[in-house]
Amino acid sequence: MTDQAYNFAYLDEQTKRMIRRAILKGVAVPGYQVPFASREMPMPYGWGTGGVQVTSACLMPEDCLKVIDQGADDTTNAVSIRKFFQRTAGVQVTEATAEASVIQTRHRIPETPLREGQILVYQVPIPEPLRFLEPRETETRKMHELEEYGLMHVKLYEDIARHGQIATSYAYPVKVEGRYVMDPSPIPKFDNPKLSDNAALQLFGAGREQRIYALPPYTQVVSLDFDDHPFEAGKAPHDCDLCGAGESYLDEVIVDDAGGRMFVCSDTDFCASRQAVGHRGRLSPEEV
Amino acid sequence: MYVAVKGGERAIDNAHAWLAEERRGDPGVAELSVDQIREQLRLAVNRVMAEGSLYDPDLAALAIKQARGDLIEAVFLIRAYRTTLPRLGHSRPVDSAAMACIRRISATFKDAPGGQVLGPTFDYTHRLLDFKLLAEGAVPAAPASAATPGPVPHITGFLNRDGMIETDAPDETTPPDLTREPMELPASRQLRLQALTRGDEGFVLSMAYSTQRGYGRTHAFVGELRIGTVAVEMDIPELGFAVEIGEVELTECETVNQFKGSKSEPPQFTRGYGLVFGQSERKAIAMSLVDRALRWKELGEDFNGAPAQDEEFVLMHADNIQATGFLEHIKLPHYVDFQAELELVRRMRAEAMQMQEAAE
Repeated sequence: MTDQAYNFAYLDEQTKRMIRRAILKGVAVPGYQVPFASREMPMPYGWGTGGVQVTSACLMPEDCLKVIDQGADDTTNAVSIRKFFQRTAGVQVTEATAEASVIQTRHRIPETPLREGQILVYQVPIPEPLRFLEPRETETRKMHELEEYGLMHVKLYEDIARHGQIATSYAYPVKVEGRYVMDPSPIPKFDNPKLSDNAALQLFGAGREQRIYALPPYTQVVSLDFDDHPFEAGKAPHDCDLCGAGESYLDEVIVDDAGGRMFVCSDTDFCASRQAVGHRGRLSPEEV
Repeated sequence: MYVAVKGGERAIDNAHAWLAEERRGDPGVAELSVDQIREQLRLAVNRVMAEGSLYDPDLAALAIKQARGDLIEAVFLIRAYRTTLPRLGHSRPVDSAAMACIRRISATFKDAPGGQVLGPTFDYTHRLLDFKLLAEGAVPAAPASAATPGPVPHITGFLNRDGMIETDAPDETTPPDLTREPMELPASRQLRLQALTRGDEGFVLSMAYSTQRGYGRTHAFVGELRIGTVAVEMDIPELGFAVEIGEVELTECETVNQFKGSKSEPPQFTRGYGLVFGQSERKAIAMSLVDRALRWKELGEDFNGAPAQDEEFVLMHADNIQATGFLEHIKLPHYVDFQAELELVRRMRAEAMQMQEAAE
């Protein structure tokens, strides 16, 4: 049911046009952070307002929307954002990655490979990959302009010198088409390889920081590394205890007072569809 | 078996229902009306209007009621509502010299045309709890006198005649709009003032206080503080003249700051400016101090590294809706990131232990 008091997908058409222009600019310059006049949304800054505005600007009445947080469709904030669009846009929603035309995500890329025509919208807290090396926006914009990324390499090198490895496990910086260093949002670095050469359009929205950036389909995205310390996508060294998948990203769940643990796919749709076709894990019940 | 830590739709609905019940409180106690909030908690209403950037006392009172008295939450409700409103046009600059003042004081002159008017202020009250308010009862009427007619000239205008204070050149350009364009730095003074007037009162207060304690000292005197209502006029293109569309209550503060001169400017007094919706004098004074501290560059002063001089620091952190949203988002699930960190720390620990064992 659509809430008639608001325009389709909440934002007015003028605002959507402004956001679409920013998206187009982002697509034209992959990895470049485009400033946009982010609006106050009816959910708090830091809770996906950038993603929500990008989704709102992309949604058409015939779209089918999927919203995930931590890979899962049933996390509270994912439920809340999905409900928001059901209420304001009345679009069809789904939990199946393959069925969705627009997927809004926080912290994960779905395991099921995306296809052409799909849009993946990321919620971004801090769009600036250099922010924790240089707090000033005026400085970091200059560094991007001049392609001055030495500071980032020094940081990665210092990690190796101190810890024997690059001590960044999520929001792992990437370089886009050999030009802009980009923050992929706080996805685990396990997901980084999926950023590159992806058939879907990937859009990144940072509401509070007023930035939009994009990876058009089949963009080359390289995780920063060194020849002698190549990038490695890490995950827990287990199989999913429910569906037995060995190649999916896992959540660790504490299951009893004795500190017993189980590992399950963070992508709930991926895990459920595998179970539906008979895959079983270590702790699966006999019958489903 | 698998205990879902993940929430769900029903949990959210139930939480909302519980919240509504808590907001109402004990049903045996009479419900608070929006009119009561608007009339009796007016300073809270003013703060919500100022930081919400929307002058509507009824909606601000409603927001306070809905937010259970959490003023930042109320500001958030107003902001989220405001952004959906169509932009029909903009008013003419209001004329604060024509303000119908309920309060007007100067700390720089003992008396001046227009007089010193204390108005409804807490200033000289003794902060003793008034237990009479525990019981309900009528308030005796305050003595009344006829309002002083005519415009009340600005105190700084008198200083200006001798060239003792910097002149603000009139500027006919349309100011930028913080709510319609992304903030780009360096910001113009108009943009800075917009950010400060809707900035968090506590933040602006602390920034101003820090300048008084030496972090970017600007030696401020309150040249004038005035509170009252001004007419809002809008040009109607079809008519070819401006029409009064309403009035707003404002607090305006102009500080006079000692200035010994710089390479580019002669010794003279300089100004800091504060303008806030409603009776919000703490905010207006604080705003004028921070405004003045941020003007170091145009006046050719030195940057001492004080936080209040640092435009990017002040403007990027003044907004409480941005701040509270980002602060509180860390209670959202982060288990994917945390899992990645767990694996990293486990791996690094394993390597460290191995090296330790090898050394032993």
